[in-house]
Amino acid sequence: MDIFDPAIFPVLAADGLTNGAVYALLALALVLVFAVTRVVFIPQGELVVFGTLTLAALQLGRVPGTLWLLLGLLALAAVLEAATQVRRGQAGRGLLTLAGAAGVGGVVWALTTWAAPLGWPLWAQALLTLALVTPLGPLLYRTVYQPLRDATVLVLLIASVALHLALTGLALVFFGPEGSRTPPFAPGTQTLGQVTLSNQSLLVILLSAGLMLGLFFFFGRTMAGKALRATAVNRLGARLVGISPASAGLLTFTLAALIGAVGGMMIGPSVALNYDSGFLIGLKGFIGAIIGGLVSYPLAAAGALLVGLIESFASFSLSAWKEVIVFTLILPVLLWRSLTTRHVPEDEE
Amino acid sequence: MTAQLAGTPLLEVRGLHTRYGRVEALGGVSLEVPAEHIVSVIGANGAGKTTLLNSVMGILTPAAGEVFYAGEPLRGVPPEARVARGITLVPERRELFASMTVADNLQLGAYTRRRGGWRSDLDGVYARFPRLAERRRQLAGTLSGGEQQMLAIGRALMARPRLLLLDEPSLGLAPLIVRDILRIVQGLREEGVTVLLVEQNARASLAISDEGYVLETGRVRLSGPAHELARDEALGASYLGGEGRAQGA
Repeated sequence: MDIFDPAIFPVLAADGLTNGAVYALLALALVLVFAVTRVVFIPQGELVVFGTLTLAALQLGRVPGTLWLLLGLLALAAVLEAATQVRRGQAGRGLLTLAGAAGVGGVVWALTTWAAPLGWPLWAQALLTLALVTPLGPLLYRTVYQPLRDATVLVLLIASVALHLALTGLALVFFGPEGSRTPPFAPGTQTLGQVTLSNQSLLVILLSAGLMLGLFFFFGRTMAGKALRATAVNRLGARLVGISPASAGLLTFTLAALIGAVGGMMIGPSVALNYDSGFLIGLKGFIGAIIGGLVSYPLAAAGALLVGLIESFASFSLSAWKEVIVFTLILPVLLWRSLTTRHVPEDEE
Repeated sequence: MTAQLAGTPLLEVRGLHTRYGRVEALGGVSLEVPAEHIVSVIGANGAGKTTLLNSVMGILTPAAGEVFYAGEPLRGVPPEARVARGITLVPERRELFASMTVADNLQLGAYTRRRGGWRSDLDGVYARFPRLAERRRQLAGTLSGGEQQMLAIGRALMARPRLLLLDEPSLGLAPLIVRDILRIVQGLREEGVTVLLVEQNARASLAISDEGYVLETGRVRLSGPAHELARDEALGASYLGGEGRAQGA
């Protein structure tokens, strides 16, 4: 059977679009993070894995290890922040920061350990997963990237590689080596003519489109969104109108982690993920982002959709070569970009 | 020295040293900007004028010395927090958001003002610079040099500054536009804005200023009421003639 068989083609296309939609969200997050903070955020894929595996652990009635990571990072961030405040001579505020972090950490710990064994409905567990994974973004920014914010892109990239390895190792400790799936949010199928689509695929495509529209509105209409764009366009100009690079970084990483967690829960029902699946998923989003030159949002999203489609068709006809085909795609793209883009040395920014 | 006025000056710079690596750009500069005055700092290219403004804004960290704003030291306060306190810099390179519209650039100028009210200020900027109103949907990067300077000043005004730092607003602009811009700066003082103006165009800037300082290789060489400096003969030879006005990068 070839891929253009009318019984197969729509299935593969729907599959490709579903995964492609998730890759597209990741590509947007990567472009956003790079534009605002100059960080190539390799651990984006790990946030996806944490989204899936946190929800899977809650499904089993276990306390997800994500909680310990969250509490550890919160403690570290609070100590860093308090130390900065004390150095500025605001000892009282430093104490308040520590107390506040302890309070928030206590509430999160109590809520999670209480709720985990209760077998909450899927949507409530999904919300709890969002509440556990999304704060990892700003906390990682505060503890890893903010102290390095004047470093070169290369140093930031090396920090990303280190963070990726650390998070992969932690995921192995927290969730074990075996893969997990999460249940679909919308079971059942829809039949449109000859094509049968799962409701979950439809939901993923709709939700991704909705999120992208939301981001479009956020960046086009709100002051906070425009401030992120301004930081991406001209970092010094942004500081001169009073936008702090640190708060722009925190907001950006919050969005990236939110996208990762949502992506993980959307992709969870169709692919079994284990602790080290994040890199490949993130890389596919990254290829989309590269197609957009790490600057263009629409091109990045379109590129990522293309990656999803190629992956789906390749896995059917040449499944052993699936990843090879997807990653070979980057070669002509890099060639084309290096021929069409003027190279700008970094110190000229 | 400058005529001492009653009360603390809005800005006081005391013994400021700023270095780029081993090169000393400012070697102990002291100056005062009384509230609701226009003070200009003149000097040749490389005298340290831009370094002075960047040190006052907090973009550069001085090696020694102190900057006081409304009587409070600014050491350790990052530039974005200085904006919130009422200090705004219009930098020499303008630092606009080139790929965003004129309207968005102006709106972002009001970023630190969480309480709103920026829409009426936007109308105020458009009234002051009708050219910007015509081009409000255009991308900032597509504006002409003069329009970009207007946008940079307009964006700074959206923050409702008490102290406006202007770095070479006349650089690269046609004389007619320079006159317009300096007239607008003069008008700002009437509205209660204090201005520290850095210029190579000494004659034009002294004409609208209350006090002036002459900077030479990182030190204050001369200071006094602007109208006296404008008549100073020694100064006339080196800064108000042709040589001192050589345009640099």
